[in-house]
Amino acid sequence: MADASIWLILLASALATYVWRALGVLVAGRIDPDGPVFEWVGCVAYALLAGLTARMILLPIGALQATDLGCRLIAVALAVLVLRRSGGNIALAVLTGVGALIILTALGLRLV
Amino acid sequence: MDESANQTDGQDTRSDGAGAWRQGLREGLGMPGLVIFGSFLGFGSLVHGSGIGLVAGLVSSATTWALPGQIAMVELYGIGASLLVTVMAVCLTNTRLLPMVITLMPHLSHGRRIGWRHYLVAHVIAITSWAVGLRRLAALPAGDRFSWFTGFAWTLWALSFTGTAIGFWLAGSLPAPVTLGLVFLNPCYFTLLFVADLGSRLRVLALLFGGVLGPALHLATPDWGLPITGLAGGTAAFFADRLLGRREAHRG
Repeated sequence: MADASIWLILLASALATYVWRALGVLVAGRIDPDGPVFEWVGCVAYALLAGLTARMILLPIGALQATDLGCRLIAVALAVLVLRRSGGNIALAVLTGVGALIILTALGLRLV
Repeated sequence: MDESANQTDGQDTRSDGAGAWRQGLREGLGMPGLVIFGSFLGFGSLVHGSGIGLVAGLVSSATTWALPGQIAMVELYGIGASLLVTVMAVCLTNTRLLPMVITLMPHLSHGRRIGWRHYLVAHVIAITSWAVGLRRLAALPAGDRFSWFTGFAWTLWALSFTGTAIGFWLAGSLPAPVTLGLVFLNPCYFTLLFVADLGSRLRVLALLFGGVLGPALHLATPDWGLPITGLAGGTAAFFADRLLGRREAHRG
């Protein structure tokens, strides 16, 4: 069961997270939203999120490790295909992707 | 700060903001809320397995509210990592919040002085509220943006610990493939948000560089991989876009 140290870890984690948010508010007021520095910060944000998302799909930590990489890639590809074909219906595309992974995994498909 | 100006400011937000706030709340209860709820169901079941207890899981969702960092925290706790190692991992996983808050803030301040409200709302800027927020805020009247985002993002925040609690109670009773689907919800949804809104060549380049560097650098250095991906990938995209722009200008 949880011991006292978990509360210290929780507090420190919350602070280590909020510090980036507060710093963001502080810095935002000092950057011209139409200037090149702002444009560069946007690039960093998108690169970070794409990197994190790709990592979650290709090299998952935790429960998804038990699924096949091929199944995950097929599921994402199907979701993107549905998004494109449905004129941007994200709800339908998400359901397709998640449904595909569940079905492929339940079928025991292994490609990689 | 001038007291009377402060009051007018508050009234402004209330008079033209109530409708926008409700609108944001409604949108938060739609697809974005469903994804948040589903993702945090997965977190709740992870919490159940980790032994930190439901209350600690709820506190984590309410006070950290950044899922990748929370998952790292719970998993590192599970393997008995030290406080320093855990906090460092959470801190580095969440560096993305800095550029995210910087890029969203102009939509939320529109010329007004940055104040406590902005420091408060920054707490509910995370991937989903940021990505959806960037798409939606630009289409709203400037005066409605802050209220809309407040209604939207705090709704997602509330749904996250509802999801954590229900996921905790459901843990073990859901079929394994369904649990996997819930964990997959998050990366699948983010990918779709990016693909649905590719925007400029600059953004496409940043997404491509980041998507390639992220997994590669994670293999090299799990802790520092993500911050380096952002800095290197983002900077490379920034200059590649300028280079391509210059070449086009030459040709034209």
